[in-house]
Amino acid sequence: MSLDLRIPMGLLFTLIGMILSSFGAMTNGRADLYARSLGINANLWWGLVLLVFGVGMLLLGRRSQRRLASAPPAAQQDGDERRGH
Amino acid sequence: MNLTAIDWLIMLLYFVFVLGIGFALKRFMKTSKDFFQAGRALPAWICGLAFISANLGAQEVIGMGASGAKYGLETAHFYGIGAIPAMIFVGIFMMPFYYGSKARSVPEFLRLRFDEKTRALNACSFAVMTVFSSGISMYAMARLIQALHVFDGLFRALNLAPEGIFTFSICLSGLIVLLYIFLGGLTSAIYNEVLQFFLIIAGLLPLVLLGLKNIGGWGGLKASVPVAYMHEWKGVMHANTNPMGIEIIGLGMGLGFVLGAGYWCTDFLVIQTAMASHNMEAARRVPLIAAVPKMVFPFLVILPGLLAIGLPTPHTTMVESRVNGAIVHQITVVPAEVAEGRGLVPAKINPVTGKAMLTASGEPLLDYDMATPNMLLHYFPTGILGLGLTALLASFMSGMAGNVTAFNTVFTYDLYQSYIHKGASDRHYLAVGRWATVGGILLSIATAYAAINFNNIMDTLQLVFSFVNAPLFATFLLGMFWKRATGHGAFAGLIAGTAAAMLHHGLTLPIEAHPGIHGGWIAVVHHYPSDMAQNFWGAIFAFSSNFVVAVVVSLMTKPRPEAELVGLVRSLTKMPSHAHIVWWKRPEALAAAVLVGAIALNIFFA
Repeated sequence: MSLDLRIPMGLLFTLIGMILSSFGAMTNGRADLYARSLGINANLWWGLVLLVFGVGMLLLGRRSQRRLASAPPAAQQDGDERRGH
Repeated sequence: MNLTAIDWLIMLLYFVFVLGIGFALKRFMKTSKDFFQAGRALPAWICGLAFISANLGAQEVIGMGASGAKYGLETAHFYGIGAIPAMIFVGIFMMPFYYGSKARSVPEFLRLRFDEKTRALNACSFAVMTVFSSGISMYAMARLIQALHVFDGLFRALNLAPEGIFTFSICLSGLIVLLYIFLGGLTSAIYNEVLQFFLIIAGLLPLVLLGLKNIGGWGGLKASVPVAYMHEWKGVMHANTNPMGIEIIGLGMGLGFVLGAGYWCTDFLVIQTAMASHNMEAARRVPLIAAVPKMVFPFLVILPGLLAIGLPTPHTTMVESRVNGAIVHQITVVPAEVAEGRGLVPAKINPVTGKAMLTASGEPLLDYDMATPNMLLHYFPTGILGLGLTALLASFMSGMAGNVTAFNTVFTYDLYQSYIHKGASDRHYLAVGRWATVGGILLSIATAYAAINFNNIMDTLQLVFSFVNAPLFATFLLGMFWKRATGHGAFAGLIAGTAAAMLHHGLTLPIEAHPGIHGGWIAVVHHYPSDMAQNFWGAIFAFSSNFVVAVVVSLMTKPRPEAELVGLVRSLTKMPSHAHIVWWKRPEALAAAVLVGAIALNIFFA
């Protein structure tokens, strides 16, 4: 299968992370909004966590795709197998 | 609940990606093998995460939260005893036969090993069950969306009648699942299950962290719930001394050996993901990889329920204060269902009297299913709330999608190709598979609607499923490990096991239940301390009857020649050798590590 799942998955989490953290940064310090999450800016912090996760996935996916593209077809099978480990 | 644009944006983004994956995979779906078996080309980690995600449906996320609120940490037995040993067993001992036999589905394995009638029996009951389960999942989701008022604002804005929310939720989820499976088949279902797996973690982990912080950490949680709630093993020797009302033999045998193994080792819903991996070694590693996050899942799905019950119950309060000499009363009114509940778990309210419904012992009847959703509403501000709700929706859809892909495969290969239209072109079966997906979703929708009108239909269906499922593991065990087992024996055993399960249910009753749907519809000869105990013991009886009858009938009938059984029975099959792999990368090493981890967790929660 030539669609590496890590790329769309990384993209989704990067986008969600960016939306949440920028929304959190904009609403930072609004006590009414964050009273329910115990005064913690849950959007900002969790958004950053998801952003890091998303970017990490994206980089891993991109790296293995570049390796697949540069490897000759015979070795490609091998690369595919190693990905499962 | 007030959802803002940011919540909708996150939900919308998720739907776009789910469908996008389906469209991106469409061009790879050239043969029926691509569609039904993901071309048998997926890496082990993807299949492994899909393996547990296929099971992470509504029953798991909402149900385990509910169970955590009701029984406490004892719920973790479903993981420690129910799931993990079975996952190790299927990976190490059974996968060589499933994957090695080149069977395309679990019923097809039964035909290879036994005969046509055993396959037909299993394929028919399985096809019916998957359609109904996905209908149940749909119904539960639509009810939850109604209860949480997710779409109420949208419907008000568009000037639509709120009665349409149920239909809208069902059609929307059905349409999305249909589209991405129609386009990308099993690959699409598996990819989306992995996506859903990470989303569920992203949605539930901050909930657990916030809840734990609020209640004062692990120590605070311990102080705010009864002692028995915090121990997995305490009081397990006797039914009266633990919240679930089950003793060690029923638990170990019933849950671990029969029900857990029956589900994780024979249900095509989960096995299909392992059978999609790219080689034997990967296929064996799939359930073992799945077992690693499965060990951590009690923290994610059970703790929200336990936290919900441990938090203080809100009451109507009146704060009297003097402002410039005038007396000001500030009143916070709490609805009856919340005030009568425990913690964040609301009570069930009788709509006629407006009072809480009571159990036989006079306690208010709690609506445990609302434990996890209420936690989300309680702690999440807008923004991350959208993420939490998306995670819930994702869990419902992943449960549904697994059922639908299992259905279309079994229908096409085991029913259509075998009994309706043999020998057609591969293109034809690919088309049939696509349309079977449409049919399966339509039948699920019909089931969901039937559930509104006949309140008991869900309970009845689940009861019938348990009769059919309980004895299954014995058939596979005999088939894979005893070369003398015959087709007649397997068939007779399955019938006997199901009959025994029915008979057991008809003759026993949990305490505090009335004869009828809960049992005792023939005569009551035995009372169980809880419905859980009745359930586990019923499974033990069904399994044993199947085992004994299958052995006896097999010994009386003609065995199959050994040459036909190579690759299907252990004593006649060379087990796959992984000698070329470094020892710590072999499936057996992973299995040992998982086992040690599971034991350590059990000791920690003891």
